[in-house]
This record gives sequence, C-alpha cells and structure tokens, in this order.
Amino acid sequence: MKAYFFSECAYPYLPAEYDSIRVKLPNRIYDPEKGAQLFHDYIDEWVAADELGLDLMLNEHHQTATCMNSAVPLTAAILARVTKRGRILILGNPIANRREPIRVAEEMSIIDCISHGRLDAGFVRGVPYEISAMNSRPVDMQERFWEAFDLIVKAWQTHDGPFYWEGKYFRHRQVNIWPRPLQQPHPPIWITSTSPEGAPKVAERGHVVATFLTGFDATRPVFDAYRRRRAELGQDTPLDRLAYAALIYTGDNDAKAVAVGEKLLWYLNSNRVPMQFVNPPGYHSTATVMKIMRGAGPFAAFGRNTTADMELQKGVLFAGNPDTVYKQIKALYDHVGGFGNLLMMGQAGFVTPDETIKGLELFSREVYPRLKEL
Amino acid sequence: MQFFRGGSGAPLLLLDSGFSFQHDLAARLAKTFNVIAPLHPGFGGSRRPEHIDTVDDLAYLYLDLLESFDLRGVTVVGASLGGWVAAEMAVRCSHRLAKLVLVDSLGIKVSDRETPDIADIFAIYEEELMALLFRDPQKFKIDARALSEQALACMIEDRSAHALYIWEPYAHNPKLLGRLGRITIPTLVIWGGNDGLVKPDYGRKFAAAIPNATFTTVAQCGHLPQVEQPERLVEEIVRFAGDRRAS
Repeated sequence: MKAYFFSECAYPYLPAEYDSIRVKLPNRIYDPEKGAQLFHDYIDEWVAADELGLDLMLNEHHQTATCMNSAVPLTAAILARVTKRGRILILGNPIANRREPIRVAEEMSIIDCISHGRLDAGFVRGVPYEISAMNSRPVDMQERFWEAFDLIVKAWQTHDGPFYWEGKYFRHRQVNIWPRPLQQPHPPIWITSTSPEGAPKVAERGHVVATFLTGFDATRPVFDAYRRRRAELGQDTPLDRLAYAALIYTGDNDAKAVAVGEKLLWYLNSNRVPMQFVNPPGYHSTATVMKIMRGAGPFAAFGRNTTADMELQKGVLFAGNPDTVYKQIKALYDHVGGFGNLLMMGQAGFVTPDETIKGLELFSREVYPRLKEL
Repeated sequence: MQFFRGGSGAPLLLLDSGFSFQHDLAARLAKTFNVIAPLHPGFGGSRRPEHIDTVDDLAYLYLDLLESFDLRGVTVVGASLGGWVAAEMAVRCSHRLAKLVLVDSLGIKVSDRETPDIADIFAIYEEELMALLFRDPQKFKIDARALSEQALACMIEDRSAHALYIWEPYAHNPKLLGRLGRITIPTLVIWGGNDGLVKPDYGRKFAAAIPNATFTTVAQCGHLPQVEQPERLVEEIVRFAGDRRAS
C-alpha cells in the first residue's frame, strides 16, 4: 500500500455563527496575514511528509473556509520544485467546472516536467457546492466532465501538431500543447467516485478510482462496482487501482491520538452548507435528491456534531497508537476487499504543524512499513 | 411532445412558467379559446429529446407545433420561462401569431452588469424563494414530505429542466432586448404588482422595447398570477385577445 499525506488547507478561524461555510461566507472573515502563515505551514507539512517517505496529495475547492487552495496547480507547482521524491497527487482538477480543459492539460504538463515526472493527475466532477463559484451548470455535468477529460488526455498524447475539437462543450481548431508531460504516454490518472454508479466508467479506462470518507458501509460498493466492470472486460483489478481517503492521526497512545483525531473532525463539523448548495438542480440523480429531501443520502453527515467514536466506528477516522491505527486500517482493508492507496487527511482545522508532523513521523516509522506489505 | 388541448374559439398557445405550482389556467382559458398547452420537454415527467436543451430550441419547437397543426391567428401566452420562449418565437417568425401576452416574463437584461434583474432562484433558501414568488407565500407552500413518490420525482425533474433552460446566461438572452423591436403584433405585458423575482419595472422596460405593447399589473400578486390571481389574469387575457374569431 502507498500512503499519501493530504491537507485541504483549511482556514479554521471561523465566527461562532455562520449560515454557510461554502459559497457565501464573506471573505472579510479571512485574515490575509493569518492565511499567508497557514499557506507556509501547509507547504512545510507537505515537505516534511515528502522527507518522511510519504507521497503527497492536494485538492482544490472554491469560495470556502474548508479549503484555501482554490488553484491547486499553483501549490502543486510549488511542491514540484521544493519536494524531492514523493508522488504529487492532485485530486483533483475540477474539470466539469473549468472553462478551459486545454489550460488544465498545460498546467499538469508543467507540474509533471518540474517534478521530473512525479505527478499523479486526478480529476473530479466537483462537489455540488462548487458549481456556484464557476457558474457552471449542474445539469449534464458528467457529460461535460467526460468531454473535458477526453480533450485533456488527447492533448497530452498528440505530438504531431494541432488537432481539431468541436465537441458539445469545448471547441478548438488548433490544439497543440507545449510543454507536454514528462511521463509517457501521460501521468497516471485518478478519478473520484463516491458512489457505485460512477466507478464502472473509471474501470473501463483502467484509471485509479478514489473514494472519500465512505467508511465500512459505502466503500465496498464502489470498489466492487469497479472490480465487476473490470472482470466483465476480462481484466483484473490490481490493488493500486483503488484508493481510500480517511482522516488519520497516529499518536504515542490511543487517548492522545484520539484527542487530535477529534480536532480533525473540524472538517466535518464545521462544514455547514444550506440545502440550496448541497442540492443544486440536476446535480444528483432523482433518487438521490429524494433521499436528501428526506434528510438522508450523501452529505447527511456534514455539519453535524459528530464525534471521534462515531467516525472511528464508521471507518472514516483512524486514530490511535501505531498498532491501533494499523489494525483499524487493516480492518477496513479486509472489509472492502483491499485497496492499494491510502489518502490520509492528517491535518484539518486547528491541528498544529507540530502535531501534524509528529503524527506523520510516527505513522511513517511505525505504521507505514506494515501497510507496505499489504 | 405532451400537451393539453381543449376548448373552442381562437387558437391560443399557452407556455408555462417552469415553476412546479399547480394551476388551472389552461382550463380557464379553454372557456374562451382553443387552447394548446405543451409541457416543456423535461417537465411534468415528460421525456426531453437530447437535442432540446435551450430556450432557442423551445421557440423553434413551438413554432413547428403551430406549423404542424396549421394554426393561424394564434395568441401566444407565456409566463416567466414561457414568456421568454414566447418572445423568442415572436422575434423569429410571427406570421402565425395574432397577439402576444407576456406574464412576468424572463428573457432580457435591462440593468447594468453588476445589478441582477432576476434573483438567483438556485442560490437561496426555499422560504426566500417563496417570498419572492408570492404575495402570500404561506398559501402556496408545498410540503415535499406529503407528496407521493411520483409527484416528488416529477418536481425534482422539473427543477433540473428549469435549470437546464435558464442557467446561463441566467434567465435571459443578451440579444433578445435588441430584437424585441421586431415584434409588431399587439402585445400585452402583464406583471404581478408584487413580483419579487422580477420586478414590475423590468416588465415596463420589456413592454417599452416592443413597438405595439401595453403594460398592466395584477394587484395582490407575485411572480405567478396564474397561481395566485388566476381570475384576474384570465380577465386581462380575454379582454385583450378574446374578441377574435377563430380563423
């Protein structure tokens, strides 16, 4: 198993009361001086993770205090230069919301070149509350995602001069990107899917499927859908095609580690989002919206006062001493039929740089060697 | 295409608002007119063909509908989204049209780039939306939990279809205002006096851009007169268009 350290670059200093952490939280709340310091802390944490032998993961969100990293190619490009060995996974580029997929292809190529081929290029459709920031239409978003995706992959792989693209969503007459990626034929591709419906299409292309915070209940259906589609195509599913993201903290003892794990839950507990942003028209399937309107379905866990105990039980949080953390990960691993990539959200909310790096040191020394054998 | 057809008299094409509130405007108008009221594709549980995904497509679809029934002297009545479609039809081709009635219509941009003409219905709470739509929101509140599975699914799909047609540019065609001068048939622009979604002043500007248009308001009424003040709306439409003989 490979482990990627992930920080969402939170801005944790929130007022006591706010209606929505997404879309409309006024940026007057954001103190640029504090934000500048946080960016440096977060980059330092990634550098430390790289030195500890971990791979690195970054992501992008917009108009939200949960994630200041609103232009992930920028931070990824910094890491490409200041880190030495770890893979740099962007998970992902929200290409259903990016107006110019060609620009994304170029950005990824630059990062791949500067990092000497360490980029893992991930693509996401984007969570529902991202559509407002780009004014992108939630109806038929999947279709737009896949057209953008196909265009980017073609741009990476075409080396004989310009090609033509007049699709439904994107139109170009002279596509010929410079630079092109260092890795051939292109950087490894990752795509997220937190429901079984999205996984088969990723399986058909053989890319890595990643699922986030889906725990014991909802992870296996995604991985099974992927494996099933591969089997139908006569292909196997190596473990490295499957990735799971969780909140993780490793400490000297269980009590201390769970206390920091509790701090990681800022990510879930502060994520208050009104219905109009959780459920934009046409984003979810009709069946899913019916569940949401009855208070269930995806996002039901956000913005609630969840606890470490609850999330440990669900397999959303792993926290404890090294032995405990290994056992927790192994239990989920066995339950879902195995996976080859662990995406570790090891910083969130008010977890300090010291705490973050100590947790990573313990993890990489005491837990990671055992996971590598899985 | 699914549509209601009923009544006798002069032909009237009725284009609905895009909002999922029950009303009986088609039946009321059928007492005076021969009414055709299509469901916009994707609404009311209807299937939307893949090639229909813009207001432009709807305008051509309904022009083709008038053609296929060989209807002439048609009064087109459109509310909100339907008003936008009606205006797009009229600027394209009005030889089958006799009169045009726009009810709290969307479709044009009148204010400067930093002033919204039409509130963003997809970015506000349900209660805020209701307050924009109705003079008396309590009266028209829909309890989603009380709806049947089928009705709830239908409402959810209506909302998707609505977004599909009006998402961007939001609820307007930047070119339409400049084309309204092409509409030469008599036009009535009716507005709910308390419309909070699209203010009556927008309606006045809409009317001012159409050469042969008059403007009137319906009192005690928000964005959807067909739901909130149907009798008053029908009176206005009949007074304006009801004296025509079927042709």
